[in-house]
Amino acid sequence: MLSKVAERIYWAARYLERIESTARLISIYDKLLFDLPRSVDLSWYNLIEINSLQESFNERYSVKDERNVMKFLLGDESNPSSVVYSLKAVRENVRTTRDVIPADVWYAINSLNLYVKEHLMQGVNRSKRYEFLTEVIERCQQIVGILHSDMPHDEAWEFLRMGWNLERADMTSRNLDAAVAAIMEMSDVDDAVNSHQIIWLNLLRSLNADQGYRRCTRNAVRSEGVVDYLVTNTDFPRAIAYCLKALQMSCARLPNSGLVAEGIQSIEAECLESFDSKLSGQPLRDYLNDVQIRIINMHQTIRETWFPAWD
Amino acid sequence: MQNSWKAYDPTGFYDELISTPGNARAPAKKLISYLKTLSPEDMEIRRNAAEATIQAMGVSFTVYTDEGNIDRSWPFDIIPRVISKRQWDQTAEGLKQRLQALNLFIDDLYHDQKIIKDGIIPEFVLKQSSNYRKECEGISPKFGVWAHICGTDLVRDSDGEFYVLEDNLRVPSGVSYMLENRSIMKRVFPEVFEQVDIAPIGDYPARLFDTLSALSPNQEKKPVIAVLTPGIFNSAYFEHAFLAQQMGAELVEGSDLVVGDDDCVYMKTIAGLEQVDVIYRRIDDLFLDPEVFNPDSVLGVPGLMRAWRNGKVALANAPGAGVADDKVVYAYVPEVIKYYLDQDPILPNVETYLCYDDKQREYVLANLDKLVVKPANESGGYGMLVGPHSTKKERETFAELIKAKPRNYIAQPTLALSTAPTIVGKHTPEPRHLDLRPFILQSEKSYVTTGGLTRVAMKKGSLVVNSSQGGGSKDTWIVDTDADKKTQQSKKVDE
Repeated sequence: MLSKVAERIYWAARYLERIESTARLISIYDKLLFDLPRSVDLSWYNLIEINSLQESFNERYSVKDERNVMKFLLGDESNPSSVVYSLKAVRENVRTTRDVIPADVWYAINSLNLYVKEHLMQGVNRSKRYEFLTEVIERCQQIVGILHSDMPHDEAWEFLRMGWNLERADMTSRNLDAAVAAIMEMSDVDDAVNSHQIIWLNLLRSLNADQGYRRCTRNAVRSEGVVDYLVTNTDFPRAIAYCLKALQMSCARLPNSGLVAEGIQSIEAECLESFDSKLSGQPLRDYLNDVQIRIINMHQTIRETWFPAWD
Repeated sequence: MQNSWKAYDPTGFYDELISTPGNARAPAKKLISYLKTLSPEDMEIRRNAAEATIQAMGVSFTVYTDEGNIDRSWPFDIIPRVISKRQWDQTAEGLKQRLQALNLFIDDLYHDQKIIKDGIIPEFVLKQSSNYRKECEGISPKFGVWAHICGTDLVRDSDGEFYVLEDNLRVPSGVSYMLENRSIMKRVFPEVFEQVDIAPIGDYPARLFDTLSALSPNQEKKPVIAVLTPGIFNSAYFEHAFLAQQMGAELVEGSDLVVGDDDCVYMKTIAGLEQVDVIYRRIDDLFLDPEVFNPDSVLGVPGLMRAWRNGKVALANAPGAGVADDKVVYAYVPEVIKYYLDQDPILPNVETYLCYDDKQREYVLANLDKLVVKPANESGGYGMLVGPHSTKKERETFAELIKAKPRNYIAQPTLALSTAPTIVGKHTPEPRHLDLRPFILQSEKSYVTTGGLTRVAMKKGSLVVNSSQGGGSKDTWIVDTDADKKTQQSKKVDE
């Protein structure tokens, strides 16, 4: 297949996953608000920090409140992590790969686009945010579902999978980071232990990981258990180790994949196999940050391997 | 809707659906009696449904404006245009005949130029044609065919006959909209499709694929076909992507292709370079190959002409095919058909005045207020003067242009273009002018679309149907009125 098409499909998948993950990330915080004691003052700005978006956020907004954070993460057209921006990018990438992507996917993306345009303010205001985020997540899953069942599982498919597994690994690490950040803010609250529990549970729920977690660990929801599950589990599709394993499988089905496969192996060896589930607080955030940097490097290798600038 | 259909007045023009107030033409009878059963609210609901469908399907085209390019939803009118099968079959024969003759003509021009030597067409017509490519002389494309895909604009005059307005032999667009219009109609008026024998149109992509496959220089293997697009900012990008998808071809831009030292064309894939056999190019000649034509072109592929000339790749349409797309050449097409095929033209031309001829020019200059003046080599409805709708100043400007370069202009009488009921406002049908662009294919075999793309001028009285200038479109139905009689007869036999 054309390098350019492969690249566009890879990006379409990344942005599609980004929409869903961003919606999930917001919903973690949204749900926390229901459960945490009212004395806890949770900072929405954490969501900006874990996506490393402080600079561009501060260019546009001076007040770091919920409304501005929501506007920035959902509707900002210049923020490459926002839902609106990602959606535009998905649409543009699919529009230019319509020869490969099933037509129904194109229709579903247009319809998601219209939905988001019309209902964006529902997401910004708290009262109907849950409905808005749920609808966005469900529609993303619908698109993934159509791709799964209608698209030939050929090379183009592998680039889709690579795109969304790479983005997923990255976003899961950021979701985890969001939870750790919230917990660190909470250290001096009286009811801290109970609050921690709430945060971890909501993290699992937002990733739809709570059921899998319980079945796999047969354990109560506890910090080490959750972090370990989301980092090293190889069965749960949003766990980092699963995403890397899936990336390896895609590599095995694509030409010239040697360097990329080596890169994945080294992340597995250096970050996962020796993972210390006792990590918490700032050391855990540093670890997650390191994983994110390695994922960015892996993206570079993917680009140089399959979408090189030809001369 | 009873009342608004009673009030519909087709007087003054040939109306496609309504012959006299209150009376539908035979092929449109069932459609009109169905539409009459709909209330204004129903009509509005259907219209909104069509708009929603267009948005969901993402049918769009790009408009160039000062503020940048805008991707606009395709403008569509929900009342179809209906033509009887009998008349269409005859028209389709005429279109095939015309393209066959034009291809023989182009092939002759790039070889012996017999038609000029025999004095049928004056030599300077060719010499001054901006679409004649010296670089193509002596080349013999497969089957002797240069224009493989042709979009011919037909209009109906007040006598109800189809006339050819122009032949588009370079990169005609619109066929994807023809196909999408049908998909939209099926969703908006599913009931009507059960009642009326509407000929299907969906086989075009398969026919295009066959047409292109036959051109492959490597017949021993399954050809690799690519649609070459100028890219996402082109107004017809939607169509390029649509056709590639429908044919299972690769959609490529110039930067995806490279010509090797062996003169073969390759595309850049994730596994390295792969050879391309046939290119359906949607880029104008002059941008195809910076080594031969416009050196600044970044849309094309360096060496592409070399590859084509050496028979390593097929290009559709062939470079240089546009020479027959010239409006001065158009005036000679009836003679061209006679000369090469020894047949009378089945489809008539619109009467055309050639401004390079002293006498004809004199007439044109004296009657600018009545005529339509067109540049010989433009497309898309740009640079035209519509006499009856023009200002004195515009006419003076055109008079100067014509005098300066008479070869570059032709004039035609202002036609009484036919009309069809078109929804104006929310639900009221009013007559609006329209034309028809069928698509004709030719390589090993010939094919004509069943109907074509009907374009309609949405402004009252306007004759400009181009989507870039506020035109809309309609689904086009070829209806077999004889089929009803046949079913009735067979029923009788059954009884």
